[in-house]
Amino acid sequence: MPTTRRQFLSIAGGITAAGTLVTLRPLEATPAMLNTAIRNVVGEAPIRTGKVKLDIPPLVENGNTVPLTVSVASPMTTDDYVKSIHVFNEKNPQPNIGNFHLGPASGRAQVSTRIRLADTQKVVAIARLSDDTFWQAVADVVVTLAACTEELN
Amino acid sequence: MRRARAIAVVALLAAAPTLLAGGIAPEARRSGYAFMGPETRAMQDDDSSNPGMLFVLDGETLWTRKTGGADKACADCHGDARSSMKGVAARYPAFDKAAGRPVTLGQRINLCRGNHQQAAPLPYESRDLLALSAFVAHQSRSVAITAGDDPQLKPFVEQGRALFVQREGQLNLACTNCHDDNFDKRLAGAPITQGQPTGYPLYRLEWQTLGSLERRLRSCMTGVRAQAYDYGSPELVALELYLMSRARGLPMETPAVRP
Amino acid sequence: MAALINVPARAKRGDIIEIRTLTSHIMETGFRHTVAGALVPRDIITSFTCRYNGAEVFRADLFPAIAANPYLSFFTVAKESGKFEFEWIGDNGFSSTASASITVE
Repeated sequence: MPTTRRQFLSIAGGITAAGTLVTLRPLEATPAMLNTAIRNVVGEAPIRTGKVKLDIPPLVENGNTVPLTVSVASPMTTDDYVKSIHVFNEKNPQPNIGNFHLGPASGRAQVSTRIRLADTQKVVAIARLSDDTFWQAVADVVVTLAACTEELN
Repeated sequence: MRRARAIAVVALLAAAPTLLAGGIAPEARRSGYAFMGPETRAMQDDDSSNPGMLFVLDGETLWTRKTGGADKACADCHGDARSSMKGVAARYPAFDKAAGRPVTLGQRINLCRGNHQQAAPLPYESRDLLALSAFVAHQSRSVAITAGDDPQLKPFVEQGRALFVQREGQLNLACTNCHDDNFDKRLAGAPITQGQPTGYPLYRLEWQTLGSLERRLRSCMTGVRAQAYDYGSPELVALELYLMSRARGLPMETPAVRP
Repeated sequence: MAALINVPARAKRGDIIEIRTLTSHIMETGFRHTVAGALVPRDIITSFTCRYNGAEVFRADLFPAIAANPYLSFFTVAKESGKFEFEWIGDNGFSSTASASITVE
């Protein structure tokens, strides 16, 4: 069977410090899996676009460590605040990236972390507000590869 | 991807029909930092978000931990690394009289372990060796590189330079073809840098961990489909020495972050 | 292994402060195979909690898509002097804690 592009990318990206591991990723989160993962959090509630800002480089230098910041426009008072922020991806083996639980004590609805993206794909951030409405932002990220890869021993 | 890479290589060969050991003038030398995007720069710039600092912290702990048959810590001889190790990494690889040849900082740490601590050498790329190397090299951050100035090193710098300009591997490329003649261009989507080793050991996003310059050189060699030299081999040490001498004047950045 | 915690040492009451944490962890995804074909078992941090004088102010559930050596930055309101406690919990019984103090004027 010829090596597919995705398998090759995975091989290229999967070498560890010991140099003994090869990554083959037959699994990937299909849009259906992404949708299911989102519905597990949101239920049947409508998801509106707005309020959420998803900061992620449109072209990342390495998919193994991608900086990401999600912020939500909210006064963060006791009656109007962000309960949680949920981040999903489209094409990793698993659609979930992280759930972040906040409250009025947060003061500002903003979280940053670093994520892995196995391929060029869509990233979705959804915020649950204190009135149980859901808001989202979507970003498309292009993942480039390192030019030189390590030996597979 | 393979095809894209092959095209990129062909383009490179076409652009460099003659092998020129151009070298880069001191004022034109640029750290890999200059080739990175703003997000990766930000990761390096802030010590509280630079993942390489986790290793520096581990190295600080190891510096004061007694070990080996002699039950001595690095600090028992060298005291406070902030003063005793300042500028040291900027001079490495350095000439070792007993061996009659240059040794890398990692090899120096292991010589110390053997000679003074009566401890077993730490394996190449082990967390402890990287952590100690990072802690020591971190004390030289912003110090200008002067490695290779020692006249005893001259033949070894020459050996490293010869290896740098020697074509190798199935792609028949020398280091100089990319890093002297084609920096600022791209290879498979990634910018080609000048290959200035200013921040080792460094945290490479690709690796998701800290790694040595030798590890980086070996992955370059694999990239051109050449047989990589072994860790600690005279060839790799000579290449490291030449690269450091070629970066003369650039400030140390350990622990750097690179894509 | 080390963790890096960044909490301002001092703040004014009511200030919104940023907290940054970075901890050593391989975050093995559980989706990779060795050359011989064996699945490398998952080994990740699954949960992070920050408590401020005992009360939870931030919590995160982490998945394999979080990069090695997890980095988290978040905010809280400086309400009183005291202690922040951080806890990371993960696979194979992994547990790690750290703390930092703050003086609120």
